[in-house]
Amino acid sequence: MQVTLTVNGEEVTADIEARLLLVHFLRDHLGLTGTHWGCDTSNCGTCVVWLDGEPVKSCTVLTAMAGGHEVRTVEDLEQGGELDPVQQGFMQCHGLQCGFCTPGMMMTARALLDRNPSPTEDDIREAISGQICRCTGYSTIIRSVQWAAAQDGDRDSTVAAGSTS
Amino acid sequence: MTVTEPKAAPEFVDNDQKPVGHGRMLRKEDPRFVRGLGKYVDDIQLPGMLHLAILRSPLAHARIVSIDTSAAEAHPKVKAVVTGAALAEQNLAWMPTLSNDVQAVLATDKVRFQGQEVAFVVAEDRYSARDALELIDVEYDPLEPVIDVRQALADEAPVIRDDLEGKADNHCFDWETGDAVATEAVFESADVVVSEDIVYPRVHPAPMETCGCVADFERVDGKLTLWCTSQAPHAHRTVYALVAGLPEHKIRIIAPDIGGGFGNKVPIYPGYVCSIVASLVTGKPVKWMEDRTENLVSTGFARDYVMRGEIAANKDGKILAIRTNVLADHGAFNGTAAPVKYPAGFFGVFTGSYDLDAAYCKMTAVYTNKAPGGVAYACSFRITEAVYLVERIVDCLAHELEMDPAELRLRNLLRPEQFPYETKTGWVYDSGDYEPAMRKAMDMAGYDELRQEQADKRSRGELMGIGVSFFTEAVGAGPRKDMDILGLGMADGCELRVHPTGKAVVRLSVKTQGQGHETTYAQIVAEEIGIPPADIEVVHGDTDNTPFGLGTYGSRSTPVSGAAAALVARKVRDKAKIIASGMLEVSVADLEWVKGSFQVRGDPTSAVTIQDIAMRAHGAGDLPDGIEGALEAQICYNPENLTYPFGAYICVVDVDPGTGQVKVRRFVAVDDCGTRINPMIIEGQVHGGLTDGVGMALMEIVAFDSDGNCLGGSLMDYLIPTALEVPDWETGHTVTPSPHHPIGAKGVGESATVGSPPAIVNAVVDALKPFGVRHADMPLTPSRVWDAMQGRPTPPI
Repeated sequence: MQVTLTVNGEEVTADIEARLLLVHFLRDHLGLTGTHWGCDTSNCGTCVVWLDGEPVKSCTVLTAMAGGHEVRTVEDLEQGGELDPVQQGFMQCHGLQCGFCTPGMMMTARALLDRNPSPTEDDIREAISGQICRCTGYSTIIRSVQWAAAQDGDRDSTVAAGSTS
Repeated sequence: MTVTEPKAAPEFVDNDQKPVGHGRMLRKEDPRFVRGLGKYVDDIQLPGMLHLAILRSPLAHARIVSIDTSAAEAHPKVKAVVTGAALAEQNLAWMPTLSNDVQAVLATDKVRFQGQEVAFVVAEDRYSARDALELIDVEYDPLEPVIDVRQALADEAPVIRDDLEGKADNHCFDWETGDAVATEAVFESADVVVSEDIVYPRVHPAPMETCGCVADFERVDGKLTLWCTSQAPHAHRTVYALVAGLPEHKIRIIAPDIGGGFGNKVPIYPGYVCSIVASLVTGKPVKWMEDRTENLVSTGFARDYVMRGEIAANKDGKILAIRTNVLADHGAFNGTAAPVKYPAGFFGVFTGSYDLDAAYCKMTAVYTNKAPGGVAYACSFRITEAVYLVERIVDCLAHELEMDPAELRLRNLLRPEQFPYETKTGWVYDSGDYEPAMRKAMDMAGYDELRQEQADKRSRGELMGIGVSFFTEAVGAGPRKDMDILGLGMADGCELRVHPTGKAVVRLSVKTQGQGHETTYAQIVAEEIGIPPADIEVVHGDTDNTPFGLGTYGSRSTPVSGAAAALVARKVRDKAKIIASGMLEVSVADLEWVKGSFQVRGDPTSAVTIQDIAMRAHGAGDLPDGIEGALEAQICYNPENLTYPFGAYICVVDVDPGTGQVKVRRFVAVDDCGTRINPMIIEGQVHGGLTDGVGMALMEIVAFDSDGNCLGGSLMDYLIPTALEVPDWETGHTVTPSPHHPIGAKGVGESATVGSPPAIVNAVVDALKPFGVRHADMPLTPSRVWDAMQGRPTPPI
């Protein structure tokens, strides 16, 4: 079947098998290998991408279901050569080790901060509770997200200050 | 990109930052990972690449009557279907394990565990390969499985390993250590003897990235390249050469970025061998990636020890002796990855951190109809089991003596003047200063206040527990004279080249799976030679481009390969000094090293930098007599002893009296891993291990039903902690350098996995004290805690 969807802002049309999972379409057909495949059962969260702005587990979304919708992956977080504060936060606060869960964690974190710019520790734990990290023990991921929230706040206040002056 | 120090949580910013060398430094590997540009095995796409899928046994024990592959072969996208019979024709149906046993690559005679490899399909894409598996028709003749480890040696138990000539039972091996007679004498005269049956159930490392490979055999030049999830690429290469008959120089193993290992990626799995065969057969590159179920049911499990622990003490709490009897479940093939002389790994350190008069262990290992493995999941070669046993039985003693468990430990910890200390089982602890670590943990936790809070809560019927553990690890295998795997001595090479412009490349035999080697090793070299870490490229995970060595597991990278990196840098520095003497026209004895340059003693203005020296070493000018050009060196480091990191852990739990649900409220971890190279990375290693501990203590188990069906075959059944199950970790440290390591460093990657399970279980048992509970086995799920509260704690297996 033919499907057309938007991936990281670009329209993509492809002939696919109806059963093709979105995670495999992104990785094997588009070469966007930042999204990972870890469990098949929606438990691990290494495959999290955005579907119309919502974090979803792409191992349990059919590519066909994404037809006509917008998908955003980790490769789109860096904009104009500048890393997203979430990406910076993960580096600054040692929020990753092997890096396998990291793209999914960052996509969830970005979505959280877009809705809740000042999340509590519990808010962050809740947001990432559908994802597993085997390396970090989560504390540094939480610090990373908090770092990004502070950075977002600085940036927003700078923008706000600029607009009122 | 801006790089600034974190704004929040200043407590995790270390103060020992230096411009060059050891100290907190952001990781060099992170810029690619945060962009999604890591390169893992499944990210590799080669032209014409085919996909392999494995048909696995649905039964735990059955004779294979027939296999019909005709329908699969007729599938339009299938390129090959291979069974064990076909492999047997090439003498490839069986392969050696890392413990000198053999394991079936594909089953020929019968299947011996659920999930065992029976046939494989190679197809144009991964979906078609899986489709074709459904078209293979296997007729099985079911046999009675051996599942209960306690019944494995019963007379009527069916023999699993009838492939071994003359094998008439399921006995795998016996092993003992210590002095049985001396230990019995101490037990007979002791005031107090406590014994307890303690089970460490089967668990699984379950790294987020499963195992897999891409095999590419180039027909013309006869060279095999294998991109593989391997923690030990050099050891793998040699094993393939010995087994498959491929010349070793025609095998290149590349371990690219690895999504977590934890010991799961040490063994050679049948899937790797099948992929190599598939590439040989088809002439194409072939990819095989496990799915999660395959990973959980067939690859290296961990633990599975049924232990009887006994401890003898005076009535004032002086521990005199520890004795244990262990029944070890090794599954269908002995796939333990441990040094040859240590079939039980380093379980011999079960004497713990205490000064004993005697100790003895007797172990019997058996075959069962379960997946092979045994040494994995950050266990430091079975020290997880040893530390759990001793720290649990010490708490049982505290229970009987009605003594505070922290106080009991403080009375018995080895004293600093006793080091180096030889244990009653023959291990020589290189260094330690235990009491300060214990005191620090108690201070950080507010131990006395916690006990007061607990007393208050108990009076109100609330269940709060405080658990203590103190562990000593033995990490950094060899020395090679004592330790080898399949005859390969446990040593590691390192090569350092300084380029003409003063930049450098360091090549390692070990392989990171997330531990941050690209950063740490650049720092180790930087500290010794004064070149900034940013100017040092770390090359690893490629057998064609790195020196030989045994790889990363058992927390051995820093103790062995880290020493190699420091020493190779010193070797280069020694040469640089001679060149500098020529440049400055003074004798070598008149030079002193000020990080990054040699200067004439007493004359700081007469100096040359390491970069100046590097250019000179490659330049056209004269070098001192006998000095070759270039600035590079290679060594192979053979450690003289293991390193012995240690730590004191305190866990606080709350147990819901209505449900048995355990909440880990606080966890304080004080670790001593000697010299600290990058405190940020060390803290990360500890955090990860503590989370493993919560998993094992409260959630994780690979259980089987009586038919041998694996009940932990997906992440819906095999439960791993999420952010909701763990607290914010509280870490501290002391520093007791290793006396024999060139920079005093010890391993730390597995310390917390080893030390945390007993702290958590001790805390839960402490919470259940009002119910008279002295012991309850992991995993302490709500139902198992509830059973313990009702007076019927049962072992999980």
